[in-house]
Amino acid sequence: MADLSINFNGIKSPNPFWLASAPPSNSGYQVQKAFEAGWGGAVWKTVGAPVMNVCNRYGTIDYKGRKIIGLNNVELISDRPLETNLKEMAEAKRNFPNHAVIASIMVESKKEAWQEIIKRTEQTGVDGFELNFGCPHGMSERGMGAAMGQVPEYTCMVTEWVMEVATKPVIVKLTPNVTDIVQPARAAIKANASAISLINTINSIMGVDIDTFEIKPNVGGKGGHGGYAGPAVKPIALNLISAVASDEEYRKAGIPISGMGGIETWQDCVEFMLLGSTSVQVCTAVMHFGFRIVEDLIDGLSNWMDQRNFKNCTDFIGKSLPRISSFGDFDLGFQSVARIDHAKCIQCNLCFIACNDTAHQCIDLKDMKLTSEVTERLWPVVREEDCVGCALCSSVCPVDDCIEMVEIDTGRPHITWNQLIKEKPEVLQWDKMVEYREKNHIHIH
Amino acid sequence: MAEHYKPVKYKAWEMGLEERFQEVFPPLSQREAVLEANRCLYCYDAPCMVACPTHIDIPTFIRKISTGNVTGSARTILEANLMGASCARVCPVQELCEGACVLEHDEKPIMIGRLQRYAMDYADQSKIEFFTKGKSNGMKVAVIGAGPAGLTCAGELSKFGFDVTCYERKVWPGGLSTYGIVVFREPVEVARHEAKKIEDLGVTMKTGHTVGEDIQFEDLFKDNDAVFVSIGLGSVPEMDIPGEDLEGVVDGLFFIEETKTKPLAEIQYGNRICVIGAGNTAIDCATIARRLGSERVTMIYRRSEAEMPAYHFEYQFALGEGVSFSFLTQPVEVLSTNGKVDGLKCVRMDLAEPDESGRRVAVPIPNSEFVVPCDMVIKAIGQLKHTPFIAKLGEYGIKTIKGYIAVDAKTNRTAHEKIFAGGDCIRSRGEASTVMATQDGKIAARAIYEQLTGKPIPEGTLKRTTDMTIDPTMANGCALHDHKPRVHAAATTK
Repeated sequence: MADLSINFNGIKSPNPFWLASAPPSNSGYQVQKAFEAGWGGAVWKTVGAPVMNVCNRYGTIDYKGRKIIGLNNVELISDRPLETNLKEMAEAKRNFPNHAVIASIMVESKKEAWQEIIKRTEQTGVDGFELNFGCPHGMSERGMGAAMGQVPEYTCMVTEWVMEVATKPVIVKLTPNVTDIVQPARAAIKANASAISLINTINSIMGVDIDTFEIKPNVGGKGGHGGYAGPAVKPIALNLISAVASDEEYRKAGIPISGMGGIETWQDCVEFMLLGSTSVQVCTAVMHFGFRIVEDLIDGLSNWMDQRNFKNCTDFIGKSLPRISSFGDFDLGFQSVARIDHAKCIQCNLCFIACNDTAHQCIDLKDMKLTSEVTERLWPVVREEDCVGCALCSSVCPVDDCIEMVEIDTGRPHITWNQLIKEKPEVLQWDKMVEYREKNHIHIH
Repeated sequence: MAEHYKPVKYKAWEMGLEERFQEVFPPLSQREAVLEANRCLYCYDAPCMVACPTHIDIPTFIRKISTGNVTGSARTILEANLMGASCARVCPVQELCEGACVLEHDEKPIMIGRLQRYAMDYADQSKIEFFTKGKSNGMKVAVIGAGPAGLTCAGELSKFGFDVTCYERKVWPGGLSTYGIVVFREPVEVARHEAKKIEDLGVTMKTGHTVGEDIQFEDLFKDNDAVFVSIGLGSVPEMDIPGEDLEGVVDGLFFIEETKTKPLAEIQYGNRICVIGAGNTAIDCATIARRLGSERVTMIYRRSEAEMPAYHFEYQFALGEGVSFSFLTQPVEVLSTNGKVDGLKCVRMDLAEPDESGRRVAVPIPNSEFVVPCDMVIKAIGQLKHTPFIAKLGEYGIKTIKGYIAVDAKTNRTAHEKIFAGGDCIRSRGEASTVMATQDGKIAARAIYEQLTGKPIPEGTLKRTTDMTIDPTMANGCALHDHKPRVHAAATTK
């Protein structure tokens, strides 16, 4: 069986699965119960400044009868006294010495405040710190959380204060509510952070009650933006993680990433790890189903690694990063077309209407005489010469492997956009572009 | 546990009589309906819609359930089918919409019938008036027979502004929906409510009126600009065997009607019953008998399982109800003691070569007589045509095919210019059913409008009476499953 343990820049964990700093890691009871269930680590719910919470704290989005594809919250950092949290951290660490206990910290933007809490917390024996520069609601209005994370200079400054006193690894947690995620990441690196974690939650309003006109979640008739998480945010998280992981300065720093944002299954974990996450953090899925989901995370990842002969997580962490590119470097000569397997097709004809109404009108409905029925239903048939290879049909098809995108060689030159405009800058004029296409037999239907 | 999550466990002996006659399928809860609606792929040019004889826009009505627009869903259904509540319950969906569902093979078909019922129940409970009588155009139409065909034709014409009068010889309108569908498939209230909605559209309902007696044919044709004949079929024919006239031998349709019109506790039934026939009506009789309390119910059919005209799901249902089947058995005499039925003498049969209908002919095995002890015999071997009535219409020039009224498939017009017809009385081929009758009513309504006004029907009205005519289920007498004559709401062949 594969070895799932990780060494996260000094923080050791029996597996890469950590509870994210959030309600599930609010107390010693919860964290120890999670460890018993199999979680490798837990980032304690943020401790720091005194707060008061409100009701209702959570709003969710369901999709077609499935509950919670997205969850937002307006809950603040821990509302339990600091002393209680520190006592329980020490207890959890004592009882589970081989698990990772990480303290998430957030206080006001004062050097003394940060350094004092770091020193106090370190005495509990925690394995490291996560600096909460991401909380987008409640705390940010008080100059904390995202208010720090959105200004790279603040991120750098506070991280430096912490690094002056911390003897354990320090993870800087980034907010996605910025224009360019690379800037705060570089700020953390500049301050010598031990690691980066992302993404924190995304600014969001979950909905409006169309009967009462109230905002979701509804706090006594009012509502406001809260932090959005859950399966729906996964693609955003993957993009931001890959952006940091591909950054030249980040690579030079050689520090790990703890990835999170919408992770629910072991497949999600693998994707985050392939894009450079050494550990992965989970919150919403646990809030939905409880700690027990970790059993499948461990089992699924382990089986996947065994099947591929990966002995350690380091064998595949970041393996997809070399494939992260950008539009200008894509091969303009790579061509694919949709092929419909009529043996599998159930004739819902969703591919036809999607293509015809919203794509490139290259699927026809034809009488194929494939069955013995007198009045046979029409079959969708791709006009390959007109297919632009957008893959919409294959996405809407409800049957597995029925519409495949097949690579074909059309003889188009294998050149990237960046190469093309370097070699032939004139194509930036429409008439020259048309000329170039004609010369290369590129016909746009 | 929520009521609807309770597993369906039918144990007759644990239930009261009234409970046993509740609808077999409970209504879907909102969550069940939305979940099921969300399974629908929303096919483009969906095959379910083509398979529905009334061409309800099924993907649209299902999508509207999924978005919480149940009002809109009900309207979508009713625009194509005013008998939506009955059809939701009695349609052989496995043979029609659900049978055509693209998910039938790999997954399981969408529960279209039950979703339709969900939308129809909602419409009922929320008391929404979807349609109103059109501005009167001064023209009058008479409808003879207030079954599904007649009610539909009347309702659609009233929406157009015709003054429509329905003549119905029974006390209540609704035809077989009211009187002939077993109560645990369709409660009588549903059928009567559906008829009431047609009355609410401004149709004059003259129940207890027999044409030819209470009102003369001559007057009817004189006073109206068009007449729609939807008289259905009649009673079960004679078996021509000795003992048939005994008191304990009853007409299957009469037996069903009793459960729809009388308190269940007052219905007379035997303890050991023989049901003769193996169509859907016969199955209904057998299952009713079981649910009333008969301990032994045997269906007697002269051919084998393979030839039986009942739908397979009905056969399965009957087996589950504890009905036993005696195939390849022909009744030859009803036996009695002191005037009371005490047995059915039968002869065993063999199957020989197929006849012209393609079904193998059953031939008696010599000296194989035996007696099935019983105290009641229910005949369900098809229905007679209203021959005298049709003969009377013949005086006005209408033609017949095999005793059924002959009509033009595109208009449902008879050989007489003013007389149109639809429903079971024209079903010379194929399966008679509520949904086919409903479509007949729509086709005739369109034709009557166009003939009397000289204009095509207004845009957006009478949805899908013309645009799918290539579909073989549509035309007069042409059913999708031609090989299987339907006996349920009316049977045709014997």
